[in-house]
Amino acid sequence: MELNTDTQLDLHHTMVRIRLFEEAAGQLAEAAKLPGFLHLCVGQEAVAAGVCATLNDDDQIASNHRGHGHLVAKGGQFRPMMAELMAKSTGYCKGKGGSMHISDLSVGMLGANGIVGAGVPIAVGAAWANSLRGRGQVSVPFFGDGSTNIGAFHEAANMAAALKLPVVFVCENNEYGEFTPRDKTMAIADIVDRAAGYGMPGVIVDGMDVVAVYEAASEAVDRARRGDGPSLIEAKTFRFYNHHGIQNLGLRYRTDEEVEHWKQRDPIFTFEDQIVGAGSTTREHITEVWNHERANIADAVEFAEHSPTPTTDQLLTDVYTISSQTAEVSP
Amino acid sequence: MTMIEAIRDAHFVAMEQDDRVVVFGEDVGYFGGVFRCTQGLQERFGNHRCFDAPINESGIVGAAIGMAAYGLRPCVEIQFADYMYPAYDQIVSESARLRHRSAGDFTAPLVIRMPTGGGIFGGQTHSQSPEALFTHVAGLTTVVVSNPYDAKGLLIAAIEDEDPVVFLEPKRLYNGPFDGHHDKPIVPWSQHPLGEVPEGEYRVELGKARIHRPGSALTVLTYGTHVHVSEAAAEESGIDAEIIDLRTLVPLDVDTIVESVQKTGRCLIVHEATVTSGFGAELSAMVQERCFYNLEAPITRVCGWDTPYPHAHEWFYFPGPDRIADAMRKVVST
Ligand SMILES: Cc1ncc(C[n+]2csc(CCOP(=O)(O)OP(=O)(O)O)c2C)c(N)n1
Ligand SMILES: [Mg+2]
Repeated sequence: MELNTDTQLDLHHTMVRIRLFEEAAGQLAEAAKLPGFLHLCVGQEAVAAGVCATLNDDDQIASNHRGHGHLVAKGGQFRPMMAELMAKSTGYCKGKGGSMHISDLSVGMLGANGIVGAGVPIAVGAAWANSLRGRGQVSVPFFGDGSTNIGAFHEAANMAAALKLPVVFVCENNEYGEFTPRDKTMAIADIVDRAAGYGMPGVIVDGMDVVAVYEAASEAVDRARRGDGPSLIEAKTFRFYNHHGIQNLGLRYRTDEEVEHWKQRDPIFTFEDQIVGAGSTTREHITEVWNHERANIADAVEFAEHSPTPTTDQLLTDVYTISSQTAEVSP
Repeated sequence: MTMIEAIRDAHFVAMEQDDRVVVFGEDVGYFGGVFRCTQGLQERFGNHRCFDAPINESGIVGAAIGMAAYGLRPCVEIQFADYMYPAYDQIVSESARLRHRSAGDFTAPLVIRMPTGGGIFGGQTHSQSPEALFTHVAGLTTVVVSNPYDAKGLLIAAIEDEDPVVFLEPKRLYNGPFDGHHDKPIVPWSQHPLGEVPEGEYRVELGKARIHRPGSALTVLTYGTHVHVSEAAAEESGIDAEIIDLRTLVPLDVDTIVESVQKTGRCLIVHEATVTSGFGAELSAMVQERCFYNLEAPITRVCGWDTPYPHAHEWFYFPGPDRIADAMRKVVST
C-alpha cells in the first residue's frame, strides 16, 4: 500500500512525540524528580503510532504498564500527561493515577494498568458496550508478550471471539517479560499462535516498521468495524531501555549485542530514511518536527514542575470511604 | 545481613536440608527475583528446584498446591502482594481448605511469599498491605516479618510447617529498619542488632510475638514496618510504650498481648493497611473481650486511610511517627 504523504508524516510525528515524552520522563526519573515506577516504550513507538493512526477519536484503547506511548498516539497531551506522572493536580487524573494508571476518557484511553493483563477484558467490555450502542467503535487492548500468560488475557480473547466483538488485540512482543526471556515461560515462539485457539485470525507484523503496523491494523480495524469480529496482531518489537526507568537495577539479563541489533532497526530513524528517500519530506522538515516537539516537551516539563501537588483533602475524594467513623480524625 | 540476604539464606538452608523444597515465581530462577531474594538458588540447586514461572499468579499458587499435596514443599514468590488477586481463589478456595475437606487426607504444606507495603512510591498496585484478606480465611497462617533475624527463622519454620503459610515481607524493610522518616537516610541492617543473623539453621516459632520494646505507659500492637515507626514515635515523644511485634497474625499470640495490656491498661494498634476491616479491628475486639476491666482508655487505631494507596501524598497516607506519637499522647492522657 502506498500511504499518502500526510499519513506518513503523521506517523512520523507521533513517533517523535512518543520518543521525546519518554526520554524526558526517563531523565526526570533518573534525576529523582519524578516519583514512581516508570516503564518506557522507547523502541516500540511504531506499534502505538501505527495502530492508533487507524482509530477514530471515539474508538477506545486499553493499555498496560508501558502505556505513555499509547496515550500519546491516541491524542494525549504532553502537559497533563507529564503533570500526572509527577503527581500534580493538573495531571490527567489530578495526580491520583500516575504513570501506571494514567487515563483520559475524552480521547478513549481507558487507562494504563499496573496489573498485567487487567486492561484486556476491560477493552472487551468497552467493545461490548460499543456493539450494544451500535455506533461502530472499535476497541483495542495493548499488552505485552508476557501478559499473554495470564488468565485475564485468555478469558478476554475467548469472550471477544465467542461474542464476535469489535476488538483488535495488539500484542507488543518485545521478547521479555521484565527480566525473563519469553522462551523460559512459553513453548511457542509466536504469540499469534494463540489466536487460532480462540477462533480468530491473527497476523505477525514487524513492529519496527510503522507502515507495516499501520497496514495490518487498518485491516483488523475494518474487520472489527464491519462486525466480522476480533483479531490479533502480534508486533515483533523491542524495548531499548530497561524494564523500568532507563538503567533500572543495572542488572544484566540480555546482551549488549541483542540490544544493539535492535537499535540498528530504530523505528523512527529507519522510517525517516525511508520517507526522505521517497521524497515525501526533507531532512529540514524532520529537524523542524523534532525541534517543535522538543519545545513542547520542555514546556510540559516546566508546566508540570510548577503545578501544585493535590491538597491533602483530595485524598479522600473520589472514593467511597468511612474513615470518618474511626476515632482518629480523618485528614 | 539485610532482610533480603536473610530470606535468601533461609531458602538455602531449607533447600539444603530437604530436597522436597522447591522455589519458583516470576523472575525468580534465572534472574534471582526482582528483590534478589532468590539469587543464586538456581545456580546452586538446579532448575528443577528453582525456576521461573510465567506471569500467572493463579497458576503459580495452584501448581504449588498440587506439588504440596503430592509430597513437595513449595515456597513460591508472588512478586508484589498487589499481584496476588488472580491467585486469591487458589489461596482461599483450595490451599486453605484442602486439609479440612479431605478430613486430613490431603494437606498443602506450601509457603507463599509476598513483598508488601508502601513507602517506595509504588502507587496503588505496588504498595498494598493485604494481610487482613488472609487472616479472615480459616486454614491459613499469616506471618508478617519485621527484621532479618526473624525473617530467616520464621521462613524456615514456615517451610517446615504442615499447612499453607502466607509470608509477608514489608519491602520497605528489606534494606534497613525504616522508621517512617523518609527524608532521612535509612540506617542499614548491619548497624542494627536484629540484622545479626546466625549462620545455618534456626527457627522462630510461628504464633509467638516478640516484645520489641518493653514499657509501662501503653501497649502498642503492631507488625512489619510499623514496629520501627512506632519505636521512633515512642523515642521521640518520650512515652514509655511497650511495643509488641506480633510476627504471626494467625495464629495470634494472645497470651503475650493480654499480659501486656493487663499491665499497661492502655492499647494502641498500628498498621499501614487501610483501617476499615483491617487486622486492627480483630485485635481491638480481642483485647476488649479479654482485657475490658483492665482498660483505662479506649483502644485506638492508627492505620492507613480508607483509600487506594495514593500516588500523590504517599507520606500523608503512611502512618508516620508524628501521627503515632499524637495517638500515644491521647491514649496515655485519657
Ligand atoms: C498480575 C501481575 N503480575 C506481575 C506483574 C509484574 N510485572 C509488571 S510488568 C511485567 C512484565 C510484563 O511483560 P510483558 O507483558 O511482555 O510487557 P513488557 O513489560 O515486556 O512491555 C510483570 C511481570 C504485574 N504488574 N501484574
Ligand atoms: Mg514483553
